[in-house]
Amino acid sequence: MASETEVLDYEVEAEEEHEHLPFLHHHFDDISQQRESTTLCMWLFLATEAMMFGGLFFAYSLYRWMYGAAYVVGSKHLNILLGSINTLVLLVSSLTMAMAVYNAATQSAVPDPNVVRRKRRLLVSLLWSTWILGAMFIGIKGVEWTTDYREGLVPAVRWNFYDNPQHVEEDHLAESGVHPDQVKMYFVLYFSMTGLHAIHMIVGLILVGVFIRLSARGQFANGNDQPVEIMGLYWHFVDIIWVFLFPLLYLIGGFTMNRMHL
Amino acid sequence: MSDHNTQDSEHGGHEHHVVQPAVYYKVFAALMVALVATCWAAAYDLGPLNTIIAMIIAVAKAALIVLFFMHIKFSSKLAKVFAVAALFWLSLLFALSLQDYFTRAQMQLPKM
Repeated sequence: MASETEVLDYEVEAEEEHEHLPFLHHHFDDISQQRESTTLCMWLFLATEAMMFGGLFFAYSLYRWMYGAAYVVGSKHLNILLGSINTLVLLVSSLTMAMAVYNAATQSAVPDPNVVRRKRRLLVSLLWSTWILGAMFIGIKGVEWTTDYREGLVPAVRWNFYDNPQHVEEDHLAESGVHPDQVKMYFVLYFSMTGLHAIHMIVGLILVGVFIRLSARGQFANGNDQPVEIMGLYWHFVDIIWVFLFPLLYLIGGFTMNRMHL
Repeated sequence: MSDHNTQDSEHGGHEHHVVQPAVYYKVFAALMVALVATCWAAAYDLGPLNTIIAMIIAVAKAALIVLFFMHIKFSSKLAKVFAVAALFWLSLLFALSLQDYFTRAQMQLPKM
């Protein structure tokens, strides 16, 4: 692993004089103890987040086991092209976030002011890239949800798609023994899961926005880079949720050209 | 300083490592391959295999993100335990709830 990682000298120096570090909280012995505690705390929080999404994933699994055919019918109403683009957008945003964490961690490694300035600019622009990609994701999701609303596929808000007998026939509900309410259950889960995910994305956008401001001011210089890493953990977690939502919601109807709604 | 270091290693602690960009680029390339693979696999009707393949790819993508983007590969043993604990609790949620639903039909009283 030696080639993949490096131990930063300034951190060793910083630990030697830890009483001078303004970001070391008084209840920690040293910076490595603070780092470890903060990392563990964030993973504990992410575990509770996994349990919250887990409940929805469980409900999804149970109803899919019971009404699998209805899920396929519902899934075919999603735009697979927009879903794939959104997956790509989120994966790229995870790369820009990972690179932001790298630049935050190394911005003060070389005591050359030019390097420090360049790294800080990189950090800010990588966080901006992450923010823009996150906003793109929400925008594309908004387009999808608007289409669903127009078609009458939003349970409890506007659910009248199957009031049209032509739609019932087109979806072969009678032949496959699927009741419209079973398709409705798929959409309840679709909106719950993508909705909770979107709320997390919006929280992520607010966090990244705040971190853009703080990074520009040099808040994370001189070894105080861990907040960027912790915020990155949250961003990557939200990405992982989507990695599962995409195949479970979009791909069960098959990947075909006519599902791209071009 | 040296005292802290000894203490750290005794408790499974670690020095803070910075993952290099080359690692991130490789992981990202693998994630792109996995994204194409999952769409490509969904283009074929393989019955129940479709879902299994999609989930295997999704788990692989999640593992790459957790290990490298979220630094768990380079983290302390305790941080690894925390990450695995999240999976363990999720599996409890699924296993105990599903065994209830899957066995309800068996538990019904015989019809009169």
